Amino acid sequence: MMKEHRKSLVGLLALRLPLLATAAILLTIFAIVGNFLVTGVPHLSWSFFTDPPTHANTEGGIYPAIVGTVALVLLMTLAAVPVGTITAIYLTEYARQNSWFARTIRFAVNTLAGVPSVVFGLFGLGFFIQTIGGQIDQVRWNQRMTQFEQTLQAGGSPVAHGRIATVAQVQEFLNAYQDDDWSEQATKFNAFPRGTVARINADIAKRYISNSVELVWGKPSLIWAALTLALLTLPVVIVSVEESLRTVPREIREASLALGATKWETIRKVVIPNSLTGILTGSILAIGRGAGEVAPILFTGVIYSSQEGPKALTDQFMHLGYHLYILATQSPDVDATRPLQYATTVVLLGLTLALNLTAILLRSYIRRKQAA
Amino acid sequence: MQDQQRPYPDLPPMQEQGAPENTSKHLSRLEIRPSLTERSRRVGERIIEGGIFAIAALSIIFIFLIFFFTFREAAPIFFGDNRSEQTAAIDDYTLPGEPLPAATGNQEVHTPESGSSPGETQAKGIDTAAARAIVGDDYPILTHESPVRLGYLFYKTWQPNSEHPRYGIYSILIGTLKTTLIALLIATPLSILAALYTAYFAPKRLREIIKPIIELLAGFPSVVIGFICLMTIATIVQSVLGAESRLNAFVGGIGLALAVIPIIYTITDDSLRAIPGSLREAALAVGASEWQAAYQVMLPAATPGIFAAILLGLGRAFGETMIALMATGNAGTVGWNFFDPVRTFAATIGAEMGEVQHGSPHYQLLFLLGVLLFIFSFVINLVTEFYIKQRLIRRFRGT
Repeated sequence: MMKEHRKSLVGLLALRLPLLATAAILLTIFAIVGNFLVTGVPHLSWSFFTDPPTHANTEGGIYPAIVGTVALVLLMTLAAVPVGTITAIYLTEYARQNSWFARTIRFAVNTLAGVPSVVFGLFGLGFFIQTIGGQIDQVRWNQRMTQFEQTLQAGGSPVAHGRIATVAQVQEFLNAYQDDDWSEQATKFNAFPRGTVARINADIAKRYISNSVELVWGKPSLIWAALTLALLTLPVVIVSVEESLRTVPREIREASLALGATKWETIRKVVIPNSLTGILTGSILAIGRGAGEVAPILFTGVIYSSQEGPKALTDQFMHLGYHLYILATQSPDVDATRPLQYATTVVLLGLTLALNLTAILLRSYIRRKQAA
Repeated sequence: MQDQQRPYPDLPPMQEQGAPENTSKHLSRLEIRPSLTERSRRVGERIIEGGIFAIAALSIIFIFLIFFFTFREAAPIFFGDNRSEQTAAIDDYTLPGEPLPAATGNQEVHTPESGSSPGETQAKGIDTAAARAIVGDDYPILTHESPVRLGYLFYKTWQPNSEHPRYGIYSILIGTLKTTLIALLIATPLSILAALYTAYFAPKRLREIIKPIIELLAGFPSVVIGFICLMTIATIVQSVLGAESRLNAFVGGIGLALAVIPIIYTITDDSLRAIPGSLREAALAVGASEWQAAYQVMLPAATPGIFAAILLGLGRAFGETMIALMATGNAGTVGWNFFDPVRTFAATIGAEMGEVQHGSPHYQLLFLLGVLLFIFSFVINLVTEFYIKQRLIRRFRGT
């Protein structure tokens, strides 16, 4: 016969505590979401979604921020999903059990998942913007300098063939050249150290202009922020896709190989189509994560105010999360912006929660289908 | 010979061909798709596999790249500022044979990006007494052009923007430790207890509702959590606990806890569910009560997973930027009062990076902080991997 227990106080407490803890967490979540909905939803309106911010961010809408966030996330997905899917394919299909390469990849993926998001921003700054962007700019600039040199040697140039002229004369020549670009370079001579009456030759002119590389790609912009975020969300994609690739039964792969397909053909025509939902889930999770991260884009491309969305890959952009941060911490008029803050939060939170919910539903759909 | 016994119907029967030396010719006419054995097909497949291999290696490559490029920007602190002068000297733009112009006035035009030699500026006659008054007794007097040495970091005050900058990181370190500690103190018990509930005590349907809701918390962008702390939680804390400054380490810790709870909860829940039910039944069978079985048998059995969960939560809390930026008050105070405003590493980087000049000592220092954060998360990941592996191996061996 089992011993009967005296219901001790400790026991009662111990059994209640887990429920209390769960209730506490759930209540907090509901309180937060409720607070946002109640305070923010009344301020949502069609114009909120389609107007740009006005009056130093104290009124207006968030349209450019929406466009910026969407553009950012789209580019990020284009970069992250293919790379993540292929890595997952390698890990599930090609890697031998316990090969050190596969283990290292998994370790690298786990490390990437744990790196603080602001470090990604620093990497984006140091690698994408300065190294890659800077190199692109340097190459293009060198090309333009070659052309500049040729221009300086063209007929009519005051410094052609080794002649010497004043800076002002060179400027006059460049302005008259009917090339907007050289007129732009001409204005740089206004800052020439010895003044515009100084005498120079073609060599000096070229050297002076060469030292002021124009930054087009080597500055914070949409493309680099998107690539930085892609790196940050790569682990999410890899883990999701790997999970879904593993749900494809081995028998299907084996049947395909037995019918004469090569390994890659099997993957391309059998495995991937069967795990598309999983790839989709991974993409959605990545989007949800990327849309909310602000730290990596702080110095890789976001700005706090613009009238319209980014138009080119090298433009800077507004962002929902960053907009919220600015509104909350650097607003000149707190009372006026409070409704804006809450409304922006509702949009941002709504977006990420909707994405996460979709991913969760997709995932349980996959699992139910697999169990069937 | 009967037709249906012939394995390859398209081949003529063997007798008609007779001699064995013709066999190989016929084997080559077997119905294998000829394209499969084409060399170009095999080469194509190899190329694709190589491509997949290369792309898979990208993760590893990028880890190295992250470390290399963030360290590169911080390297001058360790290896001395040897960058060549960016300034083009005046005589670069002078025609040969012409007299050099008078020096100083025009040099401002080519502002050096950074790192002109320190001797030059210190000779510019800094008012030592006034500087001492600002900087204090034990810190070297620096200017914005002085290169940063590693030793400058081991002090209390972080004031990189003042006229005589101070680069001491103790206050930031303490701030980070305080907020992380508070976050873990709040989040760990709550998450583990909640995981215990959903893993054991909750009815199945309730578990399927509760678990996704808590995991939804993981989907909250950290800006939003920071916002909530800034707006609502700070007010609540101040009215209930009466703190002097509204934004402080405690409020930041609460925010970080909100971010960390889903992490610890999910992993602990999974670990608890992974323990075989027979262990629990055995505990109950020898007479333990429900709670004894849960707390004294199951929870200890899930220790590796719980440890990993806490480590991951620690890593997240340590490096979290937006919550710290918005909720901690951003003032570098020292001391262990939980209600002082603090500064964390990540918040420092996030707040100041946008305004530093490229290549300046401040810029290098911020990258150094980034390198520290990276190394910290790397070590945590390493520990998690090896600790878990060891524990699990030992468990399966039965020791």
